[in-house]
Amino acid sequence: MASELDLSRDRLDAPFARRVEELSGENPYACYQCGKCSAGCPFADYMDVLPNQVLRLVQLGDESALDLSAPWVCASCLACGVRCPKGVDIAKTMEALRLLALRKGISPAPATPDRPCPQIALVGAFRKLTP
Amino acid sequence: MKKLAYFPGCAMKDQARPDENGALQALAILGYEVEEIPRWNCCGTVYSLAQDDLMRHVGPVRNLVRVQGMGEKRVLTLCAMCYGTLTRSARFVEEPERLERINAFMDTEDDFRGGIEVVHLLTLLRDEVGYEKLASKVKRSLDGLKVATYYGCVLLRPREFAVDDPERPEVMERVVEAMGGTPTVFPERMECCGAYLTVGRSDVVTDRAGRILRSARGNGADLVVTTCPLCQFNLDERRPAGAPSLPVLYLGQLLAWAMGVDEPAVAALVSKEPATGKPVPSGV
Ligand code: SF4
Ligand code: SF4
Ligand code: SF4
Ligand code: SF4
Repeated sequence: MASELDLSRDRLDAPFARRVEELSGENPYACYQCGKCSAGCPFADYMDVLPNQVLRLVQLGDESALDLSAPWVCASCLACGVRCPKGVDIAKTMEALRLLALRKGISPAPATPDRPCPQIALVGAFRKLTP
Repeated sequence: MKKLAYFPGCAMKDQARPDENGALQALAILGYEVEEIPRWNCCGTVYSLAQDDLMRHVGPVRNLVRVQGMGEKRVLTLCAMCYGTLTRSARFVEEPERLERINAFMDTEDDFRGGIEVVHLLTLLRDEVGYEKLASKVKRSLDGLKVATYYGCVLLRPREFAVDDPERPEVMERVVEAMGGTPTVFPERMECCGAYLTVGRSDVVTDRAGRILRSARGNGADLVVTTCPLCQFNLDERRPAGAPSLPVLYLGQLLAWAMGVDEPAVAALVSKEPATGKPVPSGV
């Protein structure tokens, strides 16, 4: 006999998801996985998983979301947020993941300039890539 | 002359000098007495998107306290990034509990009371100067120049703080038209160049810059205009080998040149065509 399928909503109230929600101010469960955010993200090509998949991991309470490259590649351009049919500002979710990682001591690959940069770039990077 | 408080931000005193020089001279011609706010500090470039990170709002809010101290109700920015941080932080700390905390933290400053309006050069030109008056001050038309209007992100997103329709903006195109130029509308005009990723991921930004420049050129542009110093740097300095060589200039530079002010970067782009006296692109 086939094993029972658990269709309850209980699993979809993960403490990790609620922590991300608290930090971002965005309800991850509002997302219905349409993928529009990923379709328009100019940086999706450089991410290990797509923005909608990042949200899915958060919904499932999967803390491996903190080890992804995607939040570090996200440039907070907000293209996803203006287009999301559910009004989810995904850039805020990405920021919450960056901050959760940074506050645990996980930081992205090198944050040192690989070529000379003006201060406007350095200030922006320090703010996004340090706790 | 109309008084106008002005927050330059650090880029205007550094790599974006030509923008500030040009814009301030143009504003004087348009009848503004621009006054730099005293003891301003960097706004932090990027707006903090977290709920609990009040510390990162101190930079922008302290600048707004200075505007308040001048007895002014509004402040002008030229830089798109400064516009983003100042407008959004002003709104974020309107919430009473946040306002109380941030004021308690900045205990050597006057309390921020809110109610400061942040205006960007583009909205000032559209809503207060008006395209007609702008056109009337143009001494040298940009006639013959096709100008790709690059908005980037911060001017258009999020929607609540957009200077225009976030998916179909036209303010920069109308300003170019007022100067006699032909705006080149191209699909990448609202797509991010990569911003601060330029620090650790210049490979990504180089790709983005190439794509944006090819699109601008492919749609016929002779040059790209922007109001964001980070966009200008990314498009110009991260330009990949083999990408179109069209110049990336600031809006302030175009305004100044059009109004008859010396501006070598624009002058280099146009040369007099003897027959018509019109400026023509010098073979970009
Ligand atoms: S666009 Fe919005 S609803 Fe659709 S997948 Fe992205 S976050 Fe979810
Ligand atoms: S904010 Fe981040 S996730 Fe959203 S479109 Fe921009 S880069 Fe992609
Ligand atoms: S955004 Fe820049 S130019 Fe604006 S003040 Fe800050 S870092 Fe400086
Ligand atoms: S620096 Fe790039 S990130 Fe900024 S507004 Fe410019 S396009 Fe967006």
